[in-house]
Amino acid sequence: MSQRVLIGIFDSEDAILQVTESARRRGLKIVDVFAPYAVHGLDRAMGLERSKLPWVCAALGLFGASFKVWFEYWTTASDWPINVGGKPWNSLPAFVPITFEVMVLFAGISTVLAFFGMNRLWPGRRAALLDPRVSNDRFALVLEEDNAAFDVDEIGHFLREHQAIRVEEREQEIAA
Amino acid sequence: MAEVCSPLRIPLIAGHKNPAAVTEDVCRPMLRPPSTLWWAGFTVAFALLLLGVAAVSYQIATGVGTWGLNTTVGWAFDITNFVFWVGIGHAGTLISAILFLFRQKWRTSVNRSAEAMTLFAVMCAGIFPVIHTGRPWLAYWLFPYPNTRGPLWINFRSPLAWDCFAISTYFLISATFWYVGLIPDLATIRDRVAPGLRQRLFATFSLGWNGSYRVWRHYEVLYLLLAGLATPLVVSVHTIVSWDFATAVIPGWHATIFPPYFVAGAIFSGIAMVLTLMIVARKLMGLEDYITLRHVDVMCKLLLLTSSIVALAYGTEFFTAFYGGNAYEQFVFRNRALGPFAWAYWTMVSCNVLVPQLLWFRGVRRRLELVFFLSLLINVGMWFERFVIIVTSLHRDFLPSSWAMYRPTIVEVSTLLGSFGLFFTCFLIFCRILPVIAMGEVKAVLRHGHENGGHA
Repeated sequence: MSQRVLIGIFDSEDAILQVTESARRRGLKIVDVFAPYAVHGLDRAMGLERSKLPWVCAALGLFGASFKVWFEYWTTASDWPINVGGKPWNSLPAFVPITFEVMVLFAGISTVLAFFGMNRLWPGRRAALLDPRVSNDRFALVLEEDNAAFDVDEIGHFLREHQAIRVEEREQEIAA
Repeated sequence: MAEVCSPLRIPLIAGHKNPAAVTEDVCRPMLRPPSTLWWAGFTVAFALLLLGVAAVSYQIATGVGTWGLNTTVGWAFDITNFVFWVGIGHAGTLISAILFLFRQKWRTSVNRSAEAMTLFAVMCAGIFPVIHTGRPWLAYWLFPYPNTRGPLWINFRSPLAWDCFAISTYFLISATFWYVGLIPDLATIRDRVAPGLRQRLFATFSLGWNGSYRVWRHYEVLYLLLAGLATPLVVSVHTIVSWDFATAVIPGWHATIFPPYFVAGAIFSGIAMVLTLMIVARKLMGLEDYITLRHVDVMCKLLLLTSSIVALAYGTEFFTAFYGGNAYEQFVFRNRALGPFAWAYWTMVSCNVLVPQLLWFRGVRRRLELVFFLSLLINVGMWFERFVIIVTSLHRDFLPSSWAMYRPTIVEVSTLLGSFGLFFTCFLIFCRILPVIAMGEVKAVLRHGHENGGHA
């Protein structure tokens, strides 16, 4: 499937923030915004919901910690108990440091993997670049021409009013 | 936009840069052939690395008798170097994670190279305990894995097992954090270099990053989460390192003050190393606009703070020994300050407590050559701190008939030099092949201190 989109290229942080905000207010459908760096407040201007990554982090961190406590208990008190200096089989306080480390390890690595997975980032993936300078100093706003009422000239004018340095129309493939 | 400087916010980056200029400045040193100075540094570092490889091969082939250890001083050089290098690494995490949580925007100029320093320092640190086990080819026994000996599991109550997990986790999380921070910058370079092997490598490792804000939004949360995880992690790592000593009943080691004392000392030594490297790197790579006198100034203040904490810890140790009334504890501390290793103790106090007092003066903090020299002295002082803690607590133990002295052999000294070789070889290669400044982060703070800038 493909969609027709109208792209505005901008060269400043302020311009992209303002145009995104007004485009959303106008009820235009924002496909995406491309930026060379994280612009404070742009997610709010686009009306994006909060990322769910913290839940992955908390869940996998808890999983790592519980797994490690169980593993330490099982190896030390059940599978092959060894008397070390007369300490109790189940030395729970002494298990805390490793449990903490494993929690951080699970939480950290799994959050990164979840991030790669949900954004489909993998080694060798071809980058679909809107503009070669979008990873350098340009910002791009992509609007979907969703219905017949979408007036390309009018919206093009609207983008230029907001200091777009270039406006172009494109047909692009959308991933299912 | 008129460039009006705010009286409250001093610009972080000098020279009124725009984002394109940042890309240009950071990529330029990477895309041109290395300078003569770089080759000179690399040759020296690589020669030291080879010396280290020879020393390590020799001691593994011959045995632990090549060290100066004896039955009384069973821990000395290896463990000193291990604690020294782990400590160096901690400043990288301080700058990349803790200062990120505290919203210290000046960190953006130095965090990339400080994190690289963390990785290389932890690599250097990891070598020493592995050699110290005496049979490094069995180092994997440190991890619990199903084996044919029962399976016989490791002792999870041992601080040495904790250490093994702490250091491995620290390395993996630091490497992940560093790589995640690199992705947008790798994409910037991918879109800049001519097609070829280099371009293909950057394309592979930038994972198809295209600057989409739907990804940036998750990315920012990911970065925050990793910073939030790395912060308690870095504190835990040196706490656990200090437990290697504090859980033993040796006077001079068995102290509750050890964890905070070690963490502060680690950050102290690490910032000194960051300063050493940054002052050289800004000069060599022409990054004076990015790593400004202000950055040096703030890091000097951090040095002063951590130096004061370390000084307080030195004092507290003596006070506790005196006030605790334990004869053995009192003896160890008297022996530290006045015994045969007094020269090491006073080197440590001079470099870590007395010399940093100069940093109270703005005039000193602004003189780079002076700061560079001070940072070297602090590195020496912090190495001696670990040496003093380890060796002076051991060499005169409970039984005067077993008292002994420790003197490092040429093999041990070569191993230490080799670790410096590894560290600087890695760092110099890093300066050549990856962006030393986090472009994506610096671009976001460019307008800090200029009109309308700083915050939205």
